[in-house]
Amino acid sequence: MSFNWTDEKTEHVIGNLLRAGVLISAFVVLAGGIYYLAQHGTGHKDYHEFHGQPQYLCTVSGVVASALKHDSHGIIQVGLLLLVLTPIARVFFSAISFGLEKDFTYVAVSLIVLAVLIYGLLGS
Amino acid sequence: MNAIEFTLLVWVASFLAGLLGALTGLGGAAILVPVLTLWFHVHIHYAAGAALVSVIATSSGAAAAYVKEGYTNIRIGMFLEIATTIGAVIGAYLATKTPVEGIAIILAVVLLYSGYVSGRSQPEHPVGVRPDPLAGVLRMHGSYPTPEGPRSYLVSSVSKGFGLMFGAGTLSGLLGIGSGAVKVLALDQAMKLPFKVSTTTSNFMIGVTAAASAGVYLRRGYIDPSLAMPVMLGVVAGSFLGAKLLARAKTQWLRRVFAVVIITMALELIFNALTGRL
Repeated sequence: MSFNWTDEKTEHVIGNLLRAGVLISAFVVLAGGIYYLAQHGTGHKDYHEFHGQPQYLCTVSGVVASALKHDSHGIIQVGLLLLVLTPIARVFFSAISFGLEKDFTYVAVSLIVLAVLIYGLLGS
Repeated sequence: MNAIEFTLLVWVASFLAGLLGALTGLGGAAILVPVLTLWFHVHIHYAAGAALVSVIATSSGAAAAYVKEGYTNIRIGMFLEIATTIGAVIGAYLATKTPVEGIAIILAVVLLYSGYVSGRSQPEHPVGVRPDPLAGVLRMHGSYPTPEGPRSYLVSSVSKGFGLMFGAGTLSGLLGIGSGAVKVLALDQAMKLPFKVSTTTSNFMIGVTAAASAGVYLRRGYIDPSLAMPVMLGVVAGSFLGAKLLARAKTQWLRRVFAVVIITMALELIFNALTGRL
């Protein structure tokens, strides 16, 4: 297996992964958005004051649980989380593909980036 | 204005931001934060949250195309992402401690810098590059496709680029933008990458950088689903159309227009911050 072949193959898979992630998340956000407007479309919402979000929309587990209960805000938030997961999946895949190339320096680099991303998402 | 009208207007504004962002290569998010705060009276934290998620969408969408074309240097991108992601997490925490006026003024400075950068013309391929030995060890030197076949290039000043990238990541986390202008500064001014390699590698890194701060934004309640929904969908549709039109558009003219819009917004942000109208 030549080095170039693996690199090009990697680039193709990464490209498809990124595109699929964006499309799937946009679809979920759109579905949640239509549902939200059907429920709350004639209401008024002010974004001028910052109040944060209700607690259930601020954690990964809370977002998933509320979407399963058909909460429109939760469904949109799941779509946005899928979007956040797309580059994270990309880094994970890079770690594997560098491993297949036996380029262990870059396996380590990818894993450091992955660790920072997971820390950012889940917190301490 | 009810929620349907508000959503549609925000969608249209985000669509235009995404379209112009893709056509000029400056990204739509940097302009979205001021548009949302100045025109739609959205709190800057919510605006940054909505812009940040759309940054991930445009970066990933565009990277999908560029990576396949072979311009992106994945090793350089991956290595520098250590700096941008750590910076982004720190920046996102700083956003929760910084007064709104401070965030607005820093954003205005970044906008002014982006406007200035977009007005300059770039050489396609740098000459007389002194390669950094570290770049050799890290196997960063590469090649990219040209009409005359693959052209190779050498990489300079890795540690300077790494430091600048840490700064770019911090700004991205603090402001909810991609900070592509600062990334391109690190890649083509410090590390001397060819223009196409630096712009596509910068774009490749933006999504990962934004994903690092998105988690902090989520936990702090910056990401409002009903606001982020039209912003994200508008930016995605706009940048998709922009990428299709790119080959035919007169981008030089558009870049000048966009630079003027960006500079006007920046001055308005500074004025509003100083007069307490945010």
